[in-house]
Amino acid sequence: MLRYVARRILLMIPTLFVISALVYFIIDLPPGDCVTSQIDELLSRGDPDAMQRADELRQMYGLNHPVWQRYLHWISGVFRWDFGLSCQDTVPVSDLIGERLALTIVMETATIAFIWIVSFIIGVYAATHQYKMGDYVASFIGFVGLSIPNFLLALVLLYVGKVYFGLSIGGLMDPEYIEQPMSLGKAWSVLQHLVIPVIVIGMSGTAGMIRRLRANLLDELQKQYVVTGRAKGLAPIRLLIKYPLRHAINPFVADIGGLLPEVISGSVIVSVVLSLPTTGPMLLGALKTQDVNLAATFLLFVATLTVVGMLVSDLALAALDPRIRFGASSEK
Amino acid sequence: MTDRTTTPPPAAPKRRAEHYVNREPWDPYVAERLTAEQEKYYMAGQWKLMWWRFRRHRPAVVSMVFLALMYLSTVISEFIAPYNLQTRSSAYIFAPPQQVHLFHDGKFFGPFVYGHKTTRDMETLQRVYTPDPTKPQPLRFFCLGDSYEFWGLIEGSFHFVCPPKGGHFFWLGTDRLGRDMFSRIVYAARISLTIGLIGITLSFALALVLGGLAGYYGGWVDMVVQRLTEIIKSFPHLPLWLALSAALPVTWSPLVIYFGITLILALLDWPGLGRAVRSKLLSLREEDYASAAQMMGAKPGRIIGRHLLPGFMSHLIASATLSIPSMILAETALSFLGLGLRPPITSWGVLLNEATDINVVAVNWWLMLPVVPVILVILAYQFMGDGMRDAADPYA
Repeated sequence: MLRYVARRILLMIPTLFVISALVYFIIDLPPGDCVTSQIDELLSRGDPDAMQRADELRQMYGLNHPVWQRYLHWISGVFRWDFGLSCQDTVPVSDLIGERLALTIVMETATIAFIWIVSFIIGVYAATHQYKMGDYVASFIGFVGLSIPNFLLALVLLYVGKVYFGLSIGGLMDPEYIEQPMSLGKAWSVLQHLVIPVIVIGMSGTAGMIRRLRANLLDELQKQYVVTGRAKGLAPIRLLIKYPLRHAINPFVADIGGLLPEVISGSVIVSVVLSLPTTGPMLLGALKTQDVNLAATFLLFVATLTVVGMLVSDLALAALDPRIRFGASSEK
Repeated sequence: MTDRTTTPPPAAPKRRAEHYVNREPWDPYVAERLTAEQEKYYMAGQWKLMWWRFRRHRPAVVSMVFLALMYLSTVISEFIAPYNLQTRSSAYIFAPPQQVHLFHDGKFFGPFVYGHKTTRDMETLQRVYTPDPTKPQPLRFFCLGDSYEFWGLIEGSFHFVCPPKGGHFFWLGTDRLGRDMFSRIVYAARISLTIGLIGITLSFALALVLGGLAGYYGGWVDMVVQRLTEIIKSFPHLPLWLALSAALPVTWSPLVIYFGITLILALLDWPGLGRAVRSKLLSLREEDYASAAQMMGAKPGRIIGRHLLPGFMSHLIASATLSIPSMILAETALSFLGLGLRPPITSWGVLLNEATDINVVAVNWWLMLPVVPVILVILAYQFMGDGMRDAADPYA
């Protein structure tokens, strides 16, 4: 088991290197750099020193070096929590991203917790009450949840909140807490604002999870050992929890592999729509202005988050399911 | 036993048994006669069987008809849209949707609209449009209106519906430049709907080639393709899509960007299909008929294409259909964020890009209307894909 974990972690490192290099080069690919747009602005104002200023800026950001040198410089700094300069405001990237990263992680964790809890309750209810009213309602919610794209839902909710309730749904805290250090009041405010984004991002994941849990549990409930248990007079709750549920719960942990990329993708676009102070809007801005260091740092974090999440889910699955735990050494 | 003793002894046999020949033609099905219906069923090919199964799935059929109509509309967008994609009515910026009426003063009048009276709210400095219910303006049908180039080739000016003479017909309102939303949604369908089809074709081809190589050859090819699919599948797509489409140079023409975006969508989409191809090929290449073909000297390309692929093509098509909506959605999301297609190419996402500012949308709600066709098309594709998958599954 320990060897398996060690191997997985060792495999993670080259994967992250490859992804970061690929991303860095892709962002740098198009002609021009982040200085270009700033200089164009200077030129249009008729500034005579524009070209000289451009050279100075390029010197400062190291843009006169070839891309592979810049990549090596950036990636070697990553281990010292130094991600280079952001091109837009000439501030270190690490100053820009701190709080946004924390809020992103909080939001994504909350979303996954939401998906698990809600789909667990609804899924078990739907499976144990098959073809009853509640089951149909759950299936309907599941279907709608799967087919309505989350960012369009966010857009519509934003509109409804604004026009019919006079609320601004966007943002992740009350205005008076912005740029303030963490406090109890701020945490509470963030928590309140988290509700809508978490529901919006988590909806399709929840819908998929409900479907799978319901199907798995229904399969399991038809098996003979359940009938035997019932015939022996086992209490219904105990009969449900003791064996069938343990079987059916596997996908909950296993599916985090599919869930995590979905949640991260969703959080990027939904936070742009709702203008949340998370990584999404900043990543978008950085990509648009070709701020290579900033964008690559965000993408590296996304990749790390995904890879670590996968590892955790695999380990949790192994802990939960003896078949995988003992099969791991022979299969993998 | 007793019978034998009681029955009279058989007559003495003739010298030669008469050879009996039935002149009727031989009916090989004499034992099991099939009804016409059964025969039709047994003689049907696999595609026909699937079609019958598909037909039983009501929502899927309805969705297919809906999608067919949508695609048909993209062929004749120019006729359907009352205005051009770029026609501006600068006097009618952010005009609200005009209702189509049938009765004027309690009398039947035929389809008509009321003209707008424009005033300016001096407090908010907004234009206020109020319908003027005194003069009904009848709509014209099958008429000549805005001139266009049909598919960029043939000039014409024929429309199904035209604005009334001297008036306007903004069924779904206008945008910030006074362009008719309905016409723009109709034109945008052409881009939004085809991007899914072209994208899925590319992704399908990639999946067939890479999945086919991995499944048929195994070994290190399989290893590489497997790792590649794992990495692509486990990585969040949207940030990657954003990075890739931000990498398309601004200097490219919008049409090249269109193909670039489709390619980007396909690049991240093929692993799902590729995995299905691989696993099917892995199991099928061990079948006797595959070995037989191999021994007869068929080349791998022929074995895969001629013998193995047809066995699960229906399945592949069904799963490909299920991933078209995600492609349409991805394009919408990219364009919505301003990193996808750019004007003058117009898709639903590009239209929605105008709805990013909630303060503008709160006043002009019709800017959000492109959401409706997006959701409808995605729902329809999902129903149809479900139906196709059920039909393609022989064990269903």
